[in-house]
Amino acid sequence: MTNKRRNSTQQPSLPGLFAPIAKSRRLATPSEQALDVARVRIVAAIIIFALAYLVIAGRLADLTLMNDNNSDALLARPAGNDSVASRADIIDRNGTVLATSLPTISLCADARNILNADEAEQKLLNVLPDLDVKRLHDDLHGAKHCAIIKRHLTPKQYYAVNALGIAGLEFRPDERRIYPAGNITSHVIGFTDIDNNGLAGMEKELDARLEENQEPVTLALDLRLQTILHNELSATIDEFHALGAAGLVMDISTGEILAMVSLPDFDPQHPGDGDDEAMFNRDTLGVYEMGSTFKIFNTAMVLDSGVVRVSDQFDTVHPIEIGSQTIRDFEAEKRWLNVAEIFTHSSNIGSAHMAERIGGARQRAFLSRLGLTEKAPIELPEVGQPLVPAAKNWYDATTMTVSFGHGMAVSPVQLASAVATIVNDGVTVRPTLFLHADKSTNTEHIISPHTAAVMRGLMRLVVTRGTAKGADVEGYMMGGKTGTADKIAHGHYDPHARLSSFVGVFPLNAPRYLVFAMVDDPKGNAKTKGYATGGWVAAPAVSRVVSQIGPMLNVPPLEPSMEAIAEHQVLKPLGTEVLDGIQIDEGSNYASVESDSVQ
Amino acid sequence: MPVLARSDKSILGRWWWTVDRWTLAALVVLIGFGILLIQAASPAVAVKDKLDNFYFVERHLIMLVPAVLIIFGISLLQPRTVRWLAACLLPIFMLLLVATLFWGVEIKGATRWLHAPGISVQPSEFVKPLFAVTAAWLFSRQCERRGFPALSVNIILYMMIVICLLMQPDIGMTFLVSAMWFGQFFLAGLPLALVGLCMGAGIGGLFLAYYTFPHFTSRVDKFLTHGGDTYQVDRALDAFTNGGLFGTGPGEGTVKMSIPDAHADFVFAVAGEELGLIWCLIIVALFAFIVLRGFWRLQHENNLFIVLAVSGLLIEFGLQAIINMASTLHLMPAKGMTLPFISYGGSSLWSLALGMGMLLALTRKRYGLNEI
Repeated sequence: MTNKRRNSTQQPSLPGLFAPIAKSRRLATPSEQALDVARVRIVAAIIIFALAYLVIAGRLADLTLMNDNNSDALLARPAGNDSVASRADIIDRNGTVLATSLPTISLCADARNILNADEAEQKLLNVLPDLDVKRLHDDLHGAKHCAIIKRHLTPKQYYAVNALGIAGLEFRPDERRIYPAGNITSHVIGFTDIDNNGLAGMEKELDARLEENQEPVTLALDLRLQTILHNELSATIDEFHALGAAGLVMDISTGEILAMVSLPDFDPQHPGDGDDEAMFNRDTLGVYEMGSTFKIFNTAMVLDSGVVRVSDQFDTVHPIEIGSQTIRDFEAEKRWLNVAEIFTHSSNIGSAHMAERIGGARQRAFLSRLGLTEKAPIELPEVGQPLVPAAKNWYDATTMTVSFGHGMAVSPVQLASAVATIVNDGVTVRPTLFLHADKSTNTEHIISPHTAAVMRGLMRLVVTRGTAKGADVEGYMMGGKTGTADKIAHGHYDPHARLSSFVGVFPLNAPRYLVFAMVDDPKGNAKTKGYATGGWVAAPAVSRVVSQIGPMLNVPPLEPSMEAIAEHQVLKPLGTEVLDGIQIDEGSNYASVESDSVQ
Repeated sequence: MPVLARSDKSILGRWWWTVDRWTLAALVVLIGFGILLIQAASPAVAVKDKLDNFYFVERHLIMLVPAVLIIFGISLLQPRTVRWLAACLLPIFMLLLVATLFWGVEIKGATRWLHAPGISVQPSEFVKPLFAVTAAWLFSRQCERRGFPALSVNIILYMMIVICLLMQPDIGMTFLVSAMWFGQFFLAGLPLALVGLCMGAGIGGLFLAYYTFPHFTSRVDKFLTHGGDTYQVDRALDAFTNGGLFGTGPGEGTVKMSIPDAHADFVFAVAGEELGLIWCLIIVALFAFIVLRGFWRLQHENNLFIVLAVSGLLIEFGLQAIINMASTLHLMPAKGMTLPFISYGGSSLWSLALGMGMLLALTRKRYGLNEI
């Protein structure tokens, strides 16, 4: 190089562009000066390239070792993956599972990864013959990222599909809602759609809660009681060829609903198979003219007002003509009856006269305070609005008909809560489906404890001497009231279609539980001498329920001697005058059971 | 390779003892990675295109034969011959480049390819290395000042090529050729003030391109906002994450199922998933080795033309690898560019072979010679 420089014959002057460089190197040729510059600048190139490759290496390490954000798509693994947030269980008061979630596998197809769609289609149809052929064809030949082929494969199906070894078929962890009690809890628990969105019952009511919180929800329900109630109501429907039935068991001290059954019902696993009747919750959504069970409220109201005493007598001989209606008794006693007799024999005429003494405005206000004019505060989406005439349309005829349970319609759960309130010394009982729900601090008495005691005595008389002898359960101090209401058909009351009900309370000496049963359109049979009234149909059903659930609820049956003492305690508030005055026509007890009719 | 004695004066013997065997070895390893990855990545793509499973594998292997012959054949040549070869071939491919503007086939909105029966050629790929050598000659002539208007010719050539590339349009290739040419200009002693000016102009050019070419705009927007359809890049990133340190093993990856270009522009993602971090770093190291070793050896080179020509070829080769890997790793906007010797693609492979052949020819040891 030095040799070359010495021998150089090049001009020392340089192209203008490169002049600044050349000034410092006068002895070198332009080419050599340029080379010197190039060598220095190559170092810059080396540094730039080295940095670039280092950045790439760093990014590689960052992505492969430290970044775990984007991995879900590729790392999604089928089967037993517990990453799927599970919908919370629903359990009964004893911890028995009523609704739970089972991890399952769902099959989906990424059509872009399927090598031979026709072959895949054929193979899949062999393993899963119930697939819709056209939809399957479209899914396998389409361009969808993940087309759902079938939800909730059984383990056997999962194995079979996996064994096909078709690329592009993917298994997704999924979840299926399972209802171990099936039909027995269908209306309370409700059901979800295939994506586990609650559509009815508790599933809908608690949808957000069940999704967010994994802790099980505990209901007040007791599956054992629920099952017994379900069985007895089903048996009653079969026996009387009824259209349906509703029933519930309530803890009077807390308002907790221990059992609630509406028939016909549906399989929550396949809710689509149920018709409208089956899906309908008669306990909470249905509102009905309840008939004579309303006489509990009428009698309590009249007695509590102080205007009428138990021993006061009313004309029950003459049917009442009011407007276009005639109020008559089914089998009139043809004499004046006192309040106890009116209640026990369920006289409509007597009840109407009693209500007259109070007047429509106070009557409506009283029923309102019992919660009968507003929707029941029950924790279900399916709650029916009671049908109550507006205050300005509350005529004298309304006052009279409502006194024996016609002219307004309420749901069974409303009725049960109101009856529980009367029995509970007049302290409001709020119905609830949850265990240990917040108890109301309300201690206001809607009726006085004395009136409540009288009412309990009267309800005991109904069972021992009145329309509901079939309801008695030895040792359980049953009390209650029957109801038989004509159903409205084609715009008027149909005397041959009715709702027969019974609301029972036990043990009356220390009232704790309420059992309600209502049967829709029962047909009398030989055993009931053709009768299909509340006393013949619903009361025996309640009796059978109580005799089974009593021991489960830790209510021991009373010894006969103790029973006599308890009986005395319960009846004492009625007073000896009333008790002695009651004329019992033993032979006509069952025959004269019900007497609700408005024509 | 038969053992060749140092005294062997045959063409092959001289070649073996003078050629840069380390660089040659690195290239051979890269080609080996290419063969491995094409077998892993391309069957999935071939099936999707309704081609035979090994369509791309066979084509790649067939195209490798001329590529290897080109590397070897060109590297046998003397620097002087290489220079003349480049200067003579460049006008031919520039004519073809112009021809693409009239008879080119439009693929995905750009006309870069000429189709002749049995063969498709992307002339711009060949213009790239040929221009690197030709421009180096002109720069060195400019410095040696032999009364030839070298700089003017150089600038005119550059402008013609850039205009043709922009009309295709091919922003990536424009960027590559510009970086190479200005890199050579920089090494040839461009005053620092002008270097700053050129860098400013380059940045300005990118902004201009951003507002001029809708395709380029959307690519940059996707990168900056991560909005729109970033499916390919997302899957590529998933691939690296999935691969981890050791990879899933060759052929065991899934990213190739979802990326249409898994055998070409996104082959590095397949490498990331199936070979894992360690082997990916080895690939990066191979590219870095070839480029950095090439530059380092130029420190001892006494011929300006060779310094500039080799630098130009190294910049093209190294930058192309960087752009490909950085795109795949989402370090820059997605840019369609092959990973040298690993990606599938005939024109790209042969032009890289041509470039590396010339690089090997120019970097052979010469004793006592400054002039060539």
